[in-house]
Amino acid sequence: MRTTFTQLENFGHSLRAPSYLIRPKTTEEIHAAFKQAKQLGLTVAARGAGRSYNDASLNGGGIALDMSAMNQILEWDTGSGLARCEPGVTLEQLWQKVEPEGWWPPVVSGTMKTTLGGCLAANIHGKNNFKMGTIGEHVTQFTALLPTGAKITCSPKKNADLFYAMIGGYGMLGVFTSITLRMKRIHSGLLTVDAFPVPNLSRHLSALLDGAPNHDYIVGWLDTMAGGSSLGRGQIHAARYLHESEDPKPQETMKLKNQILPPQIFGVFPKGLLHYFMTPFANNLGWWGVNVAKYIASLPKHTFRQPHAAFHFLLDYVPNWELSYGRGGLIQYQSFLPKETAEAAWTEILQMSKKRGMPSYLGVTKRHRPDKFLLTHAVDGFSLALDFKVTDANRAKLRAMLEDFDQIVLANGGRFYFAKNSETTAETALAFYGKSAVAKFKKLKKRCDPNGLLESDLYRRIFGRQE
Amino acid sequence: MTSQSFFNEVPLPDLANPAPSTPLTPRRRGIIVGASEGIGAALARKLAQEGYVLALLGRQKKKLTALCGEINQSAGEARAIPHPHDVTQYDEAPELLRKIVADLGGLDVIVFMAGVNYPPGGADKYNFENDRKMVEVNLLGAMAWLTPAAEMFQNAKAGQIVGIGSVAGDRGRVGNPGYNTSKAGVHTYLEALRNRLTRHGVNVLTVKPGFVKTEMLKAAQGATPFAIEPEKAANDIYNAMRRRKQTIYTPSLWRYVMFVIQHIPSFIFRRLSF
Repeated sequence: MRTTFTQLENFGHSLRAPSYLIRPKTTEEIHAAFKQAKQLGLTVAARGAGRSYNDASLNGGGIALDMSAMNQILEWDTGSGLARCEPGVTLEQLWQKVEPEGWWPPVVSGTMKTTLGGCLAANIHGKNNFKMGTIGEHVTQFTALLPTGAKITCSPKKNADLFYAMIGGYGMLGVFTSITLRMKRIHSGLLTVDAFPVPNLSRHLSALLDGAPNHDYIVGWLDTMAGGSSLGRGQIHAARYLHESEDPKPQETMKLKNQILPPQIFGVFPKGLLHYFMTPFANNLGWWGVNVAKYIASLPKHTFRQPHAAFHFLLDYVPNWELSYGRGGLIQYQSFLPKETAEAAWTEILQMSKKRGMPSYLGVTKRHRPDKFLLTHAVDGFSLALDFKVTDANRAKLRAMLEDFDQIVLANGGRFYFAKNSETTAETALAFYGKSAVAKFKKLKKRCDPNGLLESDLYRRIFGRQE
Repeated sequence: MTSQSFFNEVPLPDLANPAPSTPLTPRRRGIIVGASEGIGAALARKLAQEGYVLALLGRQKKKLTALCGEINQSAGEARAIPHPHDVTQYDEAPELLRKIVADLGGLDVIVFMAGVNYPPGGADKYNFENDRKMVEVNLLGAMAWLTPAAEMFQNAKAGQIVGIGSVAGDRGRVGNPGYNTSKAGVHTYLEALRNRLTRHGVNVLTVKPGFVKTEMLKAAQGATPFAIEPEKAANDIYNAMRRRKQTIYTPSLWRYVMFVIQHIPSFIFRRLSF
């Protein structure tokens, strides 16, 4: 097996980790990589598409298992909607396979480039978290290889402790080798979307709360530049599937060519170049303008139909948009808060960020519900994701501000999500996961990985090296 | 105060867990080969102060451990990890390099500082054993460490190599042919690495110190003009690293002195006594 030493980055281009890259094609080759790592005294971290904003897929100085070569859809049953896939299968491959036959992945991320292995490791949620939960809730079974060499099969019934710990376990207990996921039946390639403005944070959150039960998806855009009585204003997009009779030509709307994002805008301009034109706007004044313009454009309330892919994969609309943030890259700060405390906490956070002159450029809100995975980020409440540009000049100030944010979130019973936050400390993680959950996870870690072979930069940041 | 009681007073930072590198607190990671004393130790203190996490290598275990203890105490976290090592154990270098890079979680810079100077004892004396030791440590030691590091940096398309040459490597002189040769070899080797690696985004810095008030200076024969403290040399090196320079003299005055010396024609130079 070829091992290449190479520089890996995170999605936000804010971290670099030189690593030995191994690209296994089979379970046996993963096993061989484990043996090789042990021989060399190195640690191993599995890497999917490298789309997390932090250090979840990085293992500086160690081995990164690039899972992208294990990307076969092994079985697809269009009758039951069950798909058995290798872990390197991307959401893009999956939806393009199942959508023309009237199915859609039950939970998807904002980009379709993510791999199923990565999605399970982070236990991702979508804009339907309040209704469908995380992706893990739709996994009927998975197989995994443990560092001990044991091949295991887990389902909610079989090896349930590992099922609920490995999903959301960030690849630190074993490496997924196959994943069986149940798709959601759809009756049209289109969603019907209600778009309406919300004038402040209080109305913003109540719109999410009240809108959720009547829709399948709900997401809010939050104008991070607005202050005063308009703090937290934005626009809600609430979508629902079409019923059987609502789309006269479902076969037509479900065709791939009616779903795929166009490679050009205005029919002529290649989107691959678009991020260069965003760069001049990637500063406080530029994004202030973008946010204000977006809010004004959002004022008329309207309802429209939109293909699934266009509604979900906003992050893919401008390829490489993250490059527009420049050399320092960007970070995302996402906090999950109970519905009772969210408004107070985010009022404080948004005001603090304005006051300290470090506004976020993009804010996104969602509605959530709890789940029963061991390392869960979910709450009965909301999440707010804030993007910040990183520069040499703002690093220290931004770090101090995020530490203050962490305290506000913890004091309000909030949680964090490790596909996103890059600065969360071990103490903070222990505080919101709770001592017993962490102890339970570490016990499983000892059982599955007695020699501490699986480690990522994220793992070392949150749990430290194993004794 | 012995190093033992020093450690007992305040708990040591957790050496197994150097502070993590995050987007907002990026940690630069470095190796200094030859850090037990002299310019190496001074540079270790300087880089640690600037936030680097370091692996410090040297032959003198006690001094190395004490230096790491001092650095970590004053930083309040693990910034320096000691690795006792003799650079003439060439076969150990690749494996130790791999282990250190794994421990540090990456590598931004490697500094090869180890050097010995054993003059033959006069312009009419010859001593192959001394010459051999100098080439083995100064030149082969550098090649043993910088070759695998260069390969790593080339693949990662990033990194910085700092090698310590000497003003003594700019001309062959009557006093110490072996030392001149070892340092001239280092200059040429670093130049070759620079020509290979610049296109891969790797910076190679050649440092040519004049006289520096270290243990090595005691071996020097004759006058030692413009002698500086190791801290001054370390500062110069750090500034050059930041600016990603190619070659520096420390103190910088030597650039002009050596420009003149390098241009002394041989028919004059071979009659000189220095």
